[in-house]
Amino acid sequence: MTAAAHPVVSPATTGERPGVRLARSRRNAELSLLVLAMVLVAAYGAIVEANLLDTVTRDFWMPAAALGLVFLGMHLVIRWLAPYADPALLPAVALLNGIGVGFLRRLDLGKAAPADRETLAIFAGTGGRQLAWTLAAVILAAGLLVVMRDHRAVSRYAYTLGLAGIVLVMIPAVLPGRFSEINGAKLWIRVGGFSIQPGEFAKLALLVFFAYYLVRKREVLSLASRRVLGIDFPRGRDLGPVVGVWLISLLVLVFEKDLGTSLLYFGMFVVTLYIATERVSWLLIGLVLFFGGAYLAYVLGGTVGGPFANFYTRAEIWLDPFAEPYDRGYQLVQGLLGLGSGGLFGSGPGAGEPLEIPEVQNDFIFAGIGEEIGLFGLTALLVVYLLIVERGLRAGLAVRDSFGKLVAGGLAFTLGLQVFVIVGGISKLIPLTGQTTPFLSAGGSSLMANWLLIAVLLRISDAARRPVNQGGGPASRPGGGPPEQLHGAPTEVIRP
Amino acid sequence: MPELVITVARFGFLILLWIFVFTVVGVIRRDLFAGARSGRLVAAPRGVGAATQQQAAKPAKAKRGRAAHQLVVTAGQLAGTRITLGEAQITIGRAEDSTLVITDDYASARHARLVPRDGQWFVEDLGSTNGTYLDRAKVTGPTPVPLGVPIRIGRTSLELRP
Repeated sequence: MTAAAHPVVSPATTGERPGVRLARSRRNAELSLLVLAMVLVAAYGAIVEANLLDTVTRDFWMPAAALGLVFLGMHLVIRWLAPYADPALLPAVALLNGIGVGFLRRLDLGKAAPADRETLAIFAGTGGRQLAWTLAAVILAAGLLVVMRDHRAVSRYAYTLGLAGIVLVMIPAVLPGRFSEINGAKLWIRVGGFSIQPGEFAKLALLVFFAYYLVRKREVLSLASRRVLGIDFPRGRDLGPVVGVWLISLLVLVFEKDLGTSLLYFGMFVVTLYIATERVSWLLIGLVLFFGGAYLAYVLGGTVGGPFANFYTRAEIWLDPFAEPYDRGYQLVQGLLGLGSGGLFGSGPGAGEPLEIPEVQNDFIFAGIGEEIGLFGLTALLVVYLLIVERGLRAGLAVRDSFGKLVAGGLAFTLGLQVFVIVGGISKLIPLTGQTTPFLSAGGSSLMANWLLIAVLLRISDAARRPVNQGGGPASRPGGGPPEQLHGAPTEVIRP
Repeated sequence: MPELVITVARFGFLILLWIFVFTVVGVIRRDLFAGARSGRLVAAPRGVGAATQQQAAKPAKAKRGRAAHQLVVTAGQLAGTRITLGEAQITIGRAEDSTLVITDDYASARHARLVPRDGQWFVEDLGSTNGTYLDRAKVTGPTPVPLGVPIRIGRTSLELRP
């Protein structure tokens, strides 16, 4: 497969000439990278078949081609609607999504009886469903690019989105357990055989609200302060909102029994606060509050039990997973054994035993993939995540309005934090929590929400990289003539 | 399938994965160091070799003085922001439709604008409450802006860069 890739690599590298201008849209580089990513996905599928079937079927390229068509559609939409968007985002996400689909198909093949494996349909099983979800998620992301032509317009709906976010977070908590509980965590809305995880979407809505709120309040939060030990601490009454969000995230922890989501919301808020005010004290306050809260929940779980018991159990498993390796610690132990037996280079795609790990298609997908591609391949995937986060932060740095800066920075950080929470969980760095691995895990909600997140980042990076004389509203006509429409036009001011 | 083929494919896949990573890094590398070297901002005609273009551009620049190609925010909340200058004017203010939206207590909704004329940029105050300053001097009418001289608006400071 490496031989087949070479002709693809060279256009990608020659497209990167030293004299490429910032103002160039770089869409061709994006297309070449996308092709390279799909070649990787096809190669992955071929190696899986070679290992599991002992032969490569003639249709091994079909999932990669189907994904390639979907992403090509997204690429064309970006060419049309966001021509200056970051060229690295789409291929990086496409690679992760493709490897995820490939791995889920590999699980389907592993589950099937050896005789049926060769005839297993491409659009069947978890892998096929994930393929369909990818199509839906990409259509949603393209739709967002169509609707949202200017990210600043979103700030008009900030309060609506904030309310929607809180409602989405709260729905699973108030629903009776049989509609919302899976594996002890109440994070879902289950209707029939169908379950969605509203928290994934709430993330985006809440972040837009945080960004809007902080753009309005940043002066107060960053200027009025007392200096203690060389660090500026805010006034007591300005702590109100952060304490409020802390309480909400603790309520999530208690009623939805999910540490990961609560850590995600709280981290998201503290970091947007930090980006807005540039005060290190917020990070310190945030860390102290969160660790204090988590420790309190642990102690309460050990003594009182009740709603805290679930968290206590998870912390106990984390502290010593080998205490009950066939009982409570089974999943984590199997994940660790998988990662360990993978070693540096892994057993090869299709040659491992990921099905030994319970829930390997969701939370533990990283352990399952890690067994087969080893530390060497896993690090590459983590670097791809790192690059996505870096591109998001870069878009935040480069964009010209505060609201866009906060949204891009916050979204990029949230994505990174989510990867940290789940990868830290399966590698026993922090207590395991039920987070999905963005773009890899099976599941429509997570895939759709994360593709929407990428669409927002694409939109903001387009705004950041677009030269001022290209579009950007009627105000910037080439030639610099008198702007007759500027003074009379109705305006939307973020800070009243 | 022979063992050798599978082994080669396995390691080939891992190497290809890293080739992808480094290709992405290569594509974004210029962005990481953007601003470290000056670049001409308006899209140059495609197909013209980059090296020859820069050589051709240098004497032209030296003749008519260095042209401004970037507007950089050096102080204030947007510090670090760069705007690639084109042919169009740049409006600065708190209004959301400004080119540079500054959220500064001392800035007006439509505070000032930068207008290019024959390659020279002029700053013009749009009747702001607290005024616009070019270095230390208050801007009253359209004033030419030299490279590297700070334009101050409230707590925000801007500079033209080549």
